[in-house]
Amino acid sequence: MAYDLERYESFGVERYRDESPFKIHGGCGLAGICDESGTLMSGEIAIQAMAVQRDRGNGLGGGFAGYGIYPELSELFAFHMMYHDTAAKEAAEAALSESFTIEVAEPMPTRPVKGIVDAPLLWRYFLSPHPHLLEERELSAEDYVVQVVMNINSRVDGAFVASSGKNMGAFKGVGFPEEIGHYFRLEEYAGHTWVAHNRFPTNTPGWWGGAHPFTLLDWSIVHNGEISSYGINARYLEQFGYTCSLGTDTEVAAYLFDLLLRRHKLPIELACKALAAPLWSEIDRMPAAERALMTSLRAVYGPAMLNGPFALVLGFNGGMVALNDRIKLRPLVAARSGTTVMVASEEAAIREVMSAPDHVWAPKAGEPVIARVEGMEWPIHGELHLGPAEISCAVTGTEHSCEPVEVAV
Amino acid sequence: MQQTFVQPEFRVKIDYDKCHKCGRCVQQCGWGVYDFAERPIPHDEKCRACHRCVTFCPARCITIEKNTLAFRENDNWSVGLLKGVWKQAETGGVLLTSMGNPKPYERIFDRLVLDACQVTNPSIDPLREPMELRTYLGRKPDGVQVASDGAGGFTLAEGAGMANNIELATPIIFSPMSYGSVSLNVHRSLAMAAERLGILMNTGEGGLHEDLYPYQDHIILQVASGRFGLNPEVLGRAAALEIKIGQGAKPGIGGHLPGEKIDREVSATRMIPQGTDAISPAPHHDIYSIEDLRQLIYAIKEASGYKPVGVKIAAVHNVAAIASGIVRAGADYVYLDGFRGGTGAAPAVIRDHIGIPIEIAIAAVDQRLRDEGIRNQASIVAAGSIRSSADAAKAIALGADVVAIGTATLLALGCHLCQSCHTGSCSWGITTQKPELTRRIDPEWGAERLTNLVHAWSHELQEILGALGVNAVESLRGSRERLRAIGLDEQTCKILGVKPAGM
Repeated sequence: MAYDLERYESFGVERYRDESPFKIHGGCGLAGICDESGTLMSGEIAIQAMAVQRDRGNGLGGGFAGYGIYPELSELFAFHMMYHDTAAKEAAEAALSESFTIEVAEPMPTRPVKGIVDAPLLWRYFLSPHPHLLEERELSAEDYVVQVVMNINSRVDGAFVASSGKNMGAFKGVGFPEEIGHYFRLEEYAGHTWVAHNRFPTNTPGWWGGAHPFTLLDWSIVHNGEISSYGINARYLEQFGYTCSLGTDTEVAAYLFDLLLRRHKLPIELACKALAAPLWSEIDRMPAAERALMTSLRAVYGPAMLNGPFALVLGFNGGMVALNDRIKLRPLVAARSGTTVMVASEEAAIREVMSAPDHVWAPKAGEPVIARVEGMEWPIHGELHLGPAEISCAVTGTEHSCEPVEVAV
Repeated sequence: MQQTFVQPEFRVKIDYDKCHKCGRCVQQCGWGVYDFAERPIPHDEKCRACHRCVTFCPARCITIEKNTLAFRENDNWSVGLLKGVWKQAETGGVLLTSMGNPKPYERIFDRLVLDACQVTNPSIDPLREPMELRTYLGRKPDGVQVASDGAGGFTLAEGAGMANNIELATPIIFSPMSYGSVSLNVHRSLAMAAERLGILMNTGEGGLHEDLYPYQDHIILQVASGRFGLNPEVLGRAAALEIKIGQGAKPGIGGHLPGEKIDREVSATRMIPQGTDAISPAPHHDIYSIEDLRQLIYAIKEASGYKPVGVKIAAVHNVAAIASGIVRAGADYVYLDGFRGGTGAAPAVIRDHIGIPIEIAIAAVDQRLRDEGIRNQASIVAAGSIRSSADAAKAIALGADVVAIGTATLLALGCHLCQSCHTGSCSWGITTQKPELTRRIDPEWGAERLTNLVHAWSHELQEILGALGVNAVESLRGSRERLRAIGLDEQTCKILGVKPAGM
């Protein structure tokens, strides 16, 4: 398909792509809440958590992801789509119907909100892959979905997949997060886990697809920070075939989790220790077996270490993980109230949502806060086997990242 | 004897009004510049401008000046070239010299600048926050496999994890200089300093003197083409072994330590007869191709109980492909020596015209190993010439794991870069075996100066990391995004993987 530059420009992609050789700086606010008992909570609380953190953003990006929000359709892949125009919608729908049985297709429920302008066409679909296609191509359903996401994001002009997991969805756009939340009528949804983000980009105007969370399949990431080690992190990922085309720290963090959790099969606790490594002085004091493990982990994954200020929340069906950088240069507060675990950039958000938390604490540098929904499986990506080039391409939708990089094995 | 056309390079001037007539200069000069007849009488033609006499003159009455004889201006024929022709017409010989290439080639390090944090991310104060320089030299696995420890935690899976790496407290090690080319006291100073600093010294190709055995955990033992001073027992002593293929100052050529430098101690260490010339052939005569190198690497691993084995090469045009072959042959580290690297003796024509800059070599090799997915399989050691902590930081940002310093260590011990090591008469007692000169270096004093130097550079590296907003050296390593080029051409920027300033 030919590149329609004008269309891309108005959609924001072109500008994003133009700036992609340069690192995008930014600060942000975030929140994550998970009820480990699996009890569903209204999206309203995610809005509340972000509204009190309004000053952490500048109105150029806000977003949410909710898990457990489509219980009646939980076996179907939920695609949240953004379209620049009807031509893009038709092209994307053609691609979707070629690949899936479309069980439901409907416009996203929204309401007019002051401050939200220039919204793209927002649609959602509940899809099941054609079984014969999976068999024919010898792909798992997850592989198949990622390939379709990749194809739409990179090759269908003016179309972008905002989320593609089961029983979850991302709601994001340009605006303050509470505006975005009201716009998407989040109070009408109920989820066991919510992650939310408020963006303060400093050198990109923000476009609807570029707001957090970044998602792929069930998995979403929101991030506040500036990865000072971005250069080597990106070069390390390139060695495994990932292409960091957006120049955002979040993209790097997302791929590193994919590499460590899915491809290197590290437990989440250790993946967090690789990304926000303990100091050598701490490692040296550990008992011998632990010291050997952490020394290897640090020496081997040194180029993967995220150095510089960050706080991030990784959400998925089954829970969430929140992580601070290794010397805690960005705020992250955590709290527990009964079976509910909450994290936020500011304690105000916690006090707003939880009337009387049992315990409020500041997670130590590099120590992950992990919340697991009882009875839910943990493999974040299920049966996903695709390579990094496809992952990069699906996440960013930039075509040049789709070229598989030759990697000697 | 015929009159030489080559006029002295320097003029030795003595202010006789101030001179004590003590004769200290006569005693200090290793080159025999001074006669003494009631007062010191200098012979300018012997002076190397090493400033030993200047430094130790109690009256501070000696100055060394350039002999600024006027020649008719000629951009094409420099005075240096004229002198070369005259010397060769007199002798018919190869012009010998020492230390690194002094020619005015582009110094890329001086065209690179580092980044710092402002507003969007904080810089870190190394005086108040941890700032980690620890580095592991050697092969790393592709990933870490873990198993459950049965108590809710994790442990390394059996056989997984990093093996046979050497822990360095700072990413700076000492480069190879053989006992023979330098004195035993220099080796002692380097070994003691390496131990105190938690880093490594490198024997060079002259073997390991038994006085250094106590420091063996901080010593790289070189296996060079002459195979001097090697046997299974000695191989078992070093922390790591290094196959020396080439040297930045003299790529593609061997070495020759004249018999007069092979005294009893050197002879015992090199395991060759006293007074015989020690000839290092240009190639290893059992390595005529990459598969031969693989065999030697594994032979040494077997003989040493699987210690890390590195391979040192000179940075030449095809360095990236060569380094890739070396890593695939099983080396635990690749030591790249740039064309500015020093030497104890080399033909000037080789030193000044062969090889490529280390900056280019690091960038090309690091990128090639990444492209091939094997960067983790070997560390990159970069040398020739790292002149300051800034050079070290830039080399690391380009992709080096560790830098090695040689010339800087000799400067710390008194060297004034007079480029006369090959004469064996070093007044500072560094590159000589004459006992009256070598005793000028007290190893304790030498070790302290070397320790100071590396500590100082390490502190400076910490300052740089702090400004960059990272608190561990691995976050700078290969992070070319933190470098910018000023005034380098586009192609060079591309090879370096560095953007021009302003982008």
